[in-house]
Amino acid sequence: MARIIKDHAIIDCEAELLRNAEDGSFTVLPSSGLIIVPLAQYFAQKIELQSRGDFGVWFAPDDEPESLGGEANSLTLIAVEFPVFTDGRGFSIGRLLRERYGFTGELRAFGDVFKDTIVYLKRCGFNAFVVNSDKNIEDALLGLDALAESYQTGTDQPVPLFRRRN
Amino acid sequence: MYIYDDYDQRIVDQRVVQYRDQTRRYLAGELSEEEFRPLRLQNGLYIQRHAPMLRVAIPYGHLTSTQLRKLAEIARKYDKDYAHFTTRQNLQYNWPKLEDIPDILAELATVQMHAIQTSGNCIRNTTTDQFAGVAHDELLDPRPWCEIIRQWSTFHPEFAHLPRKFKIAVNGAVEDRAAIWVHDIGLNVVQNAAGELGFKVIVGGGLGRTPIIGSVICEFLPCIHLLTYLEAILRVYNRYGRRDNKYKARIKILVKALTPEVFASKVATEWAFLKNGPQTLTTAEMTRMQGFFTTPDYDSFVGDDLDFIQQQLDNKAFSRWVERNVFKHKQAGYAAVTLSLKKHGVAPGDASSEQLAAVADLADRYALGELRVSHEQNLILSDVKQSDLFALWEKAKEIGFATPNIGLMTDVICCPGGDFCSLANAKSIPIAIAIQERFDNLDYLYDLGEIDLNMSGCMNACGHHHIGNIGILGVDKNGSEWYQVSLGGRQGNGATLAKVVGPSFAQEQMPDVIEKIMNVFVENRLGEERFIDVFDRIGMLPFKTRVYAKEAA
Repeated sequence: MARIIKDHAIIDCEAELLRNAEDGSFTVLPSSGLIIVPLAQYFAQKIELQSRGDFGVWFAPDDEPESLGGEANSLTLIAVEFPVFTDGRGFSIGRLLRERYGFTGELRAFGDVFKDTIVYLKRCGFNAFVVNSDKNIEDALLGLDALAESYQTGTDQPVPLFRRRN
Repeated sequence: MYIYDDYDQRIVDQRVVQYRDQTRRYLAGELSEEEFRPLRLQNGLYIQRHAPMLRVAIPYGHLTSTQLRKLAEIARKYDKDYAHFTTRQNLQYNWPKLEDIPDILAELATVQMHAIQTSGNCIRNTTTDQFAGVAHDELLDPRPWCEIIRQWSTFHPEFAHLPRKFKIAVNGAVEDRAAIWVHDIGLNVVQNAAGELGFKVIVGGGLGRTPIIGSVICEFLPCIHLLTYLEAILRVYNRYGRRDNKYKARIKILVKALTPEVFASKVATEWAFLKNGPQTLTTAEMTRMQGFFTTPDYDSFVGDDLDFIQQQLDNKAFSRWVERNVFKHKQAGYAAVTLSLKKHGVAPGDASSEQLAAVADLADRYALGELRVSHEQNLILSDVKQSDLFALWEKAKEIGFATPNIGLMTDVICCPGGDFCSLANAKSIPIAIAIQERFDNLDYLYDLGEIDLNMSGCMNACGHHHIGNIGILGVDKNGSEWYQVSLGGRQGNGATLAKVVGPSFAQEQMPDVIEKIMNVFVENRLGEERFIDVFDRIGMLPFKTRVYAKEAA
């Protein structure tokens, strides 16, 4: 996670994404640096994480935003994994976190993220993107400007076109 | 007709720009085959057996003559001078070049057309009754609601990558001509006792590998809540529909697994958060949409046209065409005409660019410049004066679109099959043509009466074989093509899935098999009984016995 897109700009961001070991056990928390932990690890080690600070939480596609609920807003960074871009569950996760649970921190998409997926992600509330390593990040940034007008509501446009026409 | 404003035009134009860039990057190797595939599919581009295939959206089957001329021009310029109408009221080009697609999309955009979401795991073209707005049995016009759904679903960011494709159909008439019981969502426009407009919502119907009749999850949804409720259904499906097995990924499997009651309660829970939100429809928007589908300025006639009645008495061929191909209009002195794209010996649903252009002229001259595509793959002129029918019939004969077979056995619903489609197990077009040739005697065909014969080249069921009175399914047996026959299916209000007769048949046996089925029907028929009624009365066995009987020595 060296260069990412955040708030329509390319920035440097070092963050360590923790994954569970093969036996399902949690990875030991590194002593320093920004880390992003699985949702289950957050629930299990909440106190430890809160005292350590400098952490975010990531969702797999089958993690449920309902399990976090309004607690989302106590976090500053939530990331959502897109193992393949055709798995659209993360879109619903994004919208629920933003629109139902009022999450206002950084919402970061990672995994199979590139120019052609980024505009829908933006519309579902994501404001940060870790572009797939085999793709050009400058090109991906341009993808945010595709399909600028839209009919239906999104996190970025809570008023549908039919209420805005004329 | 819905007419684009600057917003609608911009939305279509920006897609052309985006897709041109995607095609460029694919050709430059910046997008892999695997990455490009879902992107091109969402623009209707398949890579088929011989060439790419482009599916163009015809929203709820409505076209203007100007649009049809453009479609003809594209067929001439970019394809092999013909096009194919599909069972989803869309149009397909079978031979375009991949690198020409952005130009084709740009040409379509000039006449307010596109190929958005005509394929891929997203919300597809919403379909409806081909006689919407003019049907004598219509209670409420479904088209404003189709357009509202079209706009809401176009580039919906949350539902761009669903577990599987998603199809919505809307009906507003007594008879269901939109097949709402076999769609992912079927909507019946209804009025409650208080006179308020709303929808009966059916989910989880479908054909394909696991044919299921849908379940009602809401008896009356007030119309202002249409979009928030749809959004709730789609969100539940997007999150919980299966993604591990594409054959179990349609919403019908989720509804069945949860039970319709549990599914409905999940939707209700989700809807509670969305209800009365900003996507609640406004009176202004509903009025605006209804304003695009107003009653044309009809001439006023009293009763039927007398010359038209006389012409039917004088000319048997004309009266037969009227009986089969002319549909009763709600306006006195008018009729809706179906142009048959099922001329015997021609692939069902195919039309040459010359024919398309000729139909555009007929629409201008006789039908207020508009036409429709039916899911039975025919074209409809919806507002024709009875006094013009004879002249129109003469002209339709000249272009080969006046076969008087609508609703008869040779009005076959047929997918492109193994001649074109890379999913197909077997060819379908040659079987359809062989059956049409066997039953080419119009007198006999006419005497047989209404029979829906539907054929699919594989179990994806694009030819709707499960709901044909006679269904034919192409199957693969050890690398050779065989055909499974089923009987007793029907579409409409009493939608029923057909039952398989028995072991499948070889291609060359098929005309004989259908003939034997017809013989059993004729021998058992009482008076003018329809095939499906005879089947319901005598059951499967007599048919089964005959088709598998050993030939007499």
